[in-house]
Amino acid sequence: MVTVADSRREQILAWLEEVKDPEVPVLSIRELGVLRDVEVSGDEVVVVMTPTYSGCPAMHAMEAEVVTTLARHGVPNARVKTVYAPAWTTDWISDEAKAKLAAYGIAPPARVESDDLVPLRRRAPVECPYCHSVNTTVRSEFGSTACKAILFCNGCHQPFELFKSI
Amino acid sequence: MSRESGIGNRDSGNGSADGWVAGAKPATATSGVVENPFFEYLLRLADDRLVLGHRLSEWCGHAPILEEDIALANIALDLIGQASLLLKLAGEVEGKGRSEDTLAYFRDAIEFRNAQLVELPNGDFAATIIRQFLFDAWDVLVLERLTAASNQSLAGIAAKALKEAKYHLRHTAEWVRMLGDGTAESHARAQRALDDLWPYSAELFLSDAIDAEAVASGSGVDVESLRARWRQTVDRVLGEATLTVPKDGFAPRGGRTGRHTEHLGRMLADMQSLARAHPGAAW
Repeated sequence: MVTVADSRREQILAWLEEVKDPEVPVLSIRELGVLRDVEVSGDEVVVVMTPTYSGCPAMHAMEAEVVTTLARHGVPNARVKTVYAPAWTTDWISDEAKAKLAAYGIAPPARVESDDLVPLRRRAPVECPYCHSVNTTVRSEFGSTACKAILFCNGCHQPFELFKSI
Repeated sequence: MSRESGIGNRDSGNGSADGWVAGAKPATATSGVVENPFFEYLLRLADDRLVLGHRLSEWCGHAPILEEDIALANIALDLIGQASLLLKLAGEVEGKGRSEDTLAYFRDAIEFRNAQLVELPNGDFAATIIRQFLFDAWDVLVLERLTAASNQSLAGIAAKALKEAKYHLRHTAEWVRMLGDGTAESHARAQRALDDLWPYSAELFLSDAIDAEAVASGSGVDVESLRARWRQTVDRVLGEATLTVPKDGFAPRGGRTGRHTEHLGRMLADMQSLARAHPGAAW
């Protein structure tokens, strides 16, 4: 049986699809895995979120956007609760969302690698999101945001970003 | 225990006297009796990250290549983010209404609990990388243990930070190899940095009554027990980097109880000036 709270929760989740990561505007915060849950109890709405990285500066923007988006839909007093466990992982990003990333020009994350403490060799080859060549090299392990690295495609001579697997 | 006897614990350098007398209340250089050991313990975890993060951020706009400028700033961001979470938790544990910002910007050097290693000036790029590598190799081991902390907030912060620390370690280990096994110049600079910084790494493995109490409560790490595994990682990478591991000997310490090098105060003067000139200012 679907309760009133359940259907309200579904409605709120649907509205929250409008909230995108400001740095990766093709993914909603649900697709990114940052939106963990919505708790509805009476008039109270609590949106449960987890940060991608401990110091991700976009978190504040996303939290503010959650509150204003829900206010726009007539939910005035939504609150954001931040949780840290389980820790965010790129494995939560669905294949469908990964395809959106690639279409946007960001190589999607591979499955999270083994836990070797100091891996001596590089990760598996990364496919260029533009020409699909795997003849690519890492230019920078770190990128314009905490969640990305910078690579270069030797096939089409184009730099591109990679969503880091963590 | 009076404030004076707290200062009496300030024997630096050699000997084993930093551990407190069994049964006696732990003391620090500043505050006399420690009222809340878990608060102190969290400050140690947080301040390593805050101070090292700020040091790394000093490279922003000055690193030798653009990619490293980005990398060091990113690592700084992760560390400061972790510090912010840990200081927030520390403030809650303390229960006196101090926020993470209050703890970061309105404590003086003598109230900081970081190891001295992380407060040293950056030096050249080799020194920054060697220090970061020595820290990261230790940090991964500490965070691995803390993911099982009985304090659930701490365990959650550690699980998140661990992923970041592993990424940092991979990056810095690779740079240690490149610098050590690179040109004669890069090798010489890396070896010099290693010789200079090695003594400061010893403090990372010292523990006292505050650590012991955190371990006993299920929310701390017995750092001494991590040393062998740390040496495995460090020896392996330094070996590949053709660098010589220095001999253990002189080992400065005191940071965990508030005794710091002259460098920390200068760094804090810079880091805290804006918050102190404009108390309560927000973005």
